[in-house]
Amino acid sequence: MATKKLKSTEYLKSLVKTEPAPEEKHRIALLQGNQAVAYGAMDAGVNFFAGYPITPSTEIAEILSEELPKRGGVYVQMEDEIASICAITGASLTGAKALTATSGPGFSLMQEGIGYAKITETPCVVVNVQRMGPSTGMPTSPAQGDIMQAKWGSHGDSPAIVLYPDSVRESYELTIRAVNLSEKYRTCVILLLDEVIGHMREAVTLPDLANVRVISRIKPTVPPHWYKHYDENQKYLSPLASYGEGYRFHVTGLTHDSHGFPTNKPSEAHEMMERLRKKITHNIRDLVQIESREMEDAKIAIFAAGIMSRAAKQAVAQARAEGIPVGILRPLTIWPFPDDAVRKMLRNVDTVIVPELNQGQLIHEIRRLTKDKSDGDLISMQRCDGALITPNEILRKIKEVH
Amino acid sequence: MAKPYEIRLSGSGGQGLILAGIILAKAAVYDKRRVTQTQSYGPESRGGYSRADVIVGDSEIYFPEATQFDCLLALTQEACDVYLFDLKDDGILIIDTTYVKNLSMTAENTFEIPFTEVVIKELGSPITANICSLAFLVKVTGVVKTESLKKAIADSVKPAFVDLNYKAMELGFQLADLHLK
Repeated sequence: MATKKLKSTEYLKSLVKTEPAPEEKHRIALLQGNQAVAYGAMDAGVNFFAGYPITPSTEIAEILSEELPKRGGVYVQMEDEIASICAITGASLTGAKALTATSGPGFSLMQEGIGYAKITETPCVVVNVQRMGPSTGMPTSPAQGDIMQAKWGSHGDSPAIVLYPDSVRESYELTIRAVNLSEKYRTCVILLLDEVIGHMREAVTLPDLANVRVISRIKPTVPPHWYKHYDENQKYLSPLASYGEGYRFHVTGLTHDSHGFPTNKPSEAHEMMERLRKKITHNIRDLVQIESREMEDAKIAIFAAGIMSRAAKQAVAQARAEGIPVGILRPLTIWPFPDDAVRKMLRNVDTVIVPELNQGQLIHEIRRLTKDKSDGDLISMQRCDGALITPNEILRKIKEVH
Repeated sequence: MAKPYEIRLSGSGGQGLILAGIILAKAAVYDKRRVTQTQSYGPESRGGYSRADVIVGDSEIYFPEATQFDCLLALTQEACDVYLFDLKDDGILIIDTTYVKNLSMTAENTFEIPFTEVVIKELGSPITANICSLAFLVKVTGVVKTESLKKAIADSVKPAFVDLNYKAMELGFQLADLHLK
């Protein structure tokens, strides 16, 4: 048994150096959002996928099951989503770049494992192609009901990095970014897609691999007996050894000290919790990305993410053509929340419209940031029936408040 | 700059409408146009509703679902009943009269063709009604070049079925020529 384990460890280690096949040159192609995620994952160096296929994320598993083995990577069909998140966490600790993809029901099952990856500071990526919930819900219909779950789904306070694309091209880019951030910040990064984005096809030009920026975890440079598994250097980012490289470390979901051993000492617990928090809060500039359009002179702003920003962009274009000063602010990083950009928006406009496919999640965060009486009014647009809020509905709302 | 051209292909699961949507979108890519293709379908693979939207344009396409159709293809009565009201006043309606028997309102440009009956008679099976009607749509709307459609079909169906689908495509073109005279 021991030899077997060693062998698989060595095998996984050998995968880390595997470069994506050079003949894979991307040109203009008609790609689905889920395809773009799969290609983005491979271009970011992902060489391990463990998952349980679920609509509407199935294409990601389907493509990686075919492509990863060809490139020396590993695809494992797991028995469920709990096992999937545990498998990618374990693979990552041996040095693999690991990713899984799921949807609402599977994302719920993964929550404990996500917390484990976060407390053990193990890089990995969970893609959640959201569908209508709660529970089994409507598997082929869009909803944005997991925005809060992506941050608060796991028990205990834990930092969250959650990215949210609004196009096929951006699904590719943000998948690479998710892998990069997970490696850099040693945490489980979540990529949220809308069902419509996952299944939508668009003509995209993917970059040559030479132009793709790939970040990999920092390796320790100290001798093994000096190594601390949780050693904070600048900006709370610490080097990470892999199992099988001669570095010994302990991994546990219990609150632990810098060597990874369980502790009940308040001082050590405090240190660990602060490190988890500060590596996010002290790096907001690196983590938060927003798109701002037509906001310079806007009196009305629309705050929307994912597919809802596509509806908003059309409404804004139509309203602008009629001379209405309206703009859009869109978070590409949904957690940590873009507080500064939202505060600025609230100061500068009279009204903020928030269209979302849930019973009001983003609106809470904006309300949290509304301090002054002079801040813009908030209008929530909600839809929760498996269909989209249309550009015309947003345009009508814009005209109502104008 | 011209507004994006919005097409909805609608019918029931199993009629191959999503494949038709993908083929149309690919053809638009070969024409070097901007394109988005979305779909909506029920959990069942046969029966139930199914639709594919294709939007073709030359500038950024914001919202990827068709809301006001420049062209609606309806292969079932139910789809026709649900979507007909969102056809633009000058939009083109194409219905398969094998299944669509009643029109709840009249459209200015309506093509009533028994696609399924025709392909069963000429090719022996209903499975290529999607390609036949798509070819008809391409010919009457001109939304993509016919050569691009041909290339997209070859790139999207299994090699063994290319010839069969080409025959269905030619049938669609011929039907269009008859009706455009």
